[in-house]
Amino acid sequence: MATTARKSVLVVTRHAHQGSALGRSALDAALVSATFELPVTLLFQGQGVLQLLPEQDCTEAGIRNLRKVIESLPLYDITPIYVDAAAAARYALQAELLPPQAQLISLDRQRQLLADHDHILGF
Amino acid sequence: MIYSLLVLAAPTSGHASLTAARFAQAVVARGHQLKRVFFLDDGALTGLAGTITPQDEASALAQWQQLGANHEVELILCISSALKRGVLDATEAERYERNTATMHPDFELGGLGLLVEAMQTSDRLITFGQ
Repeated sequence: MATTARKSVLVVTRHAHQGSALGRSALDAALVSATFELPVTLLFQGQGVLQLLPEQDCTEAGIRNLRKVIESLPLYDITPIYVDAAAAARYALQAELLPPQAQLISLDRQRQLLADHDHILGF
Repeated sequence: MIYSLLVLAAPTSGHASLTAARFAQAVVARGHQLKRVFFLDDGALTGLAGTITPQDEASALAQWQQLGANHEVELILCISSALKRGVLDATEAERYERNTATMHPDFELGGLGLLVEAMQTSDRLITFGQ
């Protein structure tokens, strides 16, 4: 890999973990980027905030509960994670239900994140 | 400028995959370098060799093939996405004891590290989602 400064990456995840595998793919891309020491930021928007619901039993649906993966993100230096406050409100996700490292942010702050990163991956 | 693309869209649902291929052609036509196209999630279905497209529809596979052949663009399928969807090269077909390879030879299987490397070495990375 080039010796130039590491490019920063914003991973935007917009899909719930039920119905498609995109949420999982977004987390995989974030984790691998962090493993290769790229500075990674994760932003949950729209239905993507449903990945953050606590105590979900996904075994009957045959899918993975992503919340546990999300809670492990600080181990990879992906912290904090950012959550669109309006989407969280729409799905009645109160701040106390979110993972400890989650921060609810406004649309203006999200615009700032989009502008501040070298690359944006939109899932 | 150096570009890379991330394609998440399946080749057969909607037009995102075709749009991505046309964007790729435009990048090359403008004299930019297209370093790598990384196909992830349902995008990995793009490399399925047996795809038959009706005559009155555009084939995403044909467009990508053309890019790979004429411009030596790297077309990488995420290996875990591809295996999950039955897109196997000869090595993987043998490893998992399947009868035959199903991947088009213009594509290659690779890990997400290749996406990360593309991000690090490209000026622009454009996502084509669902």
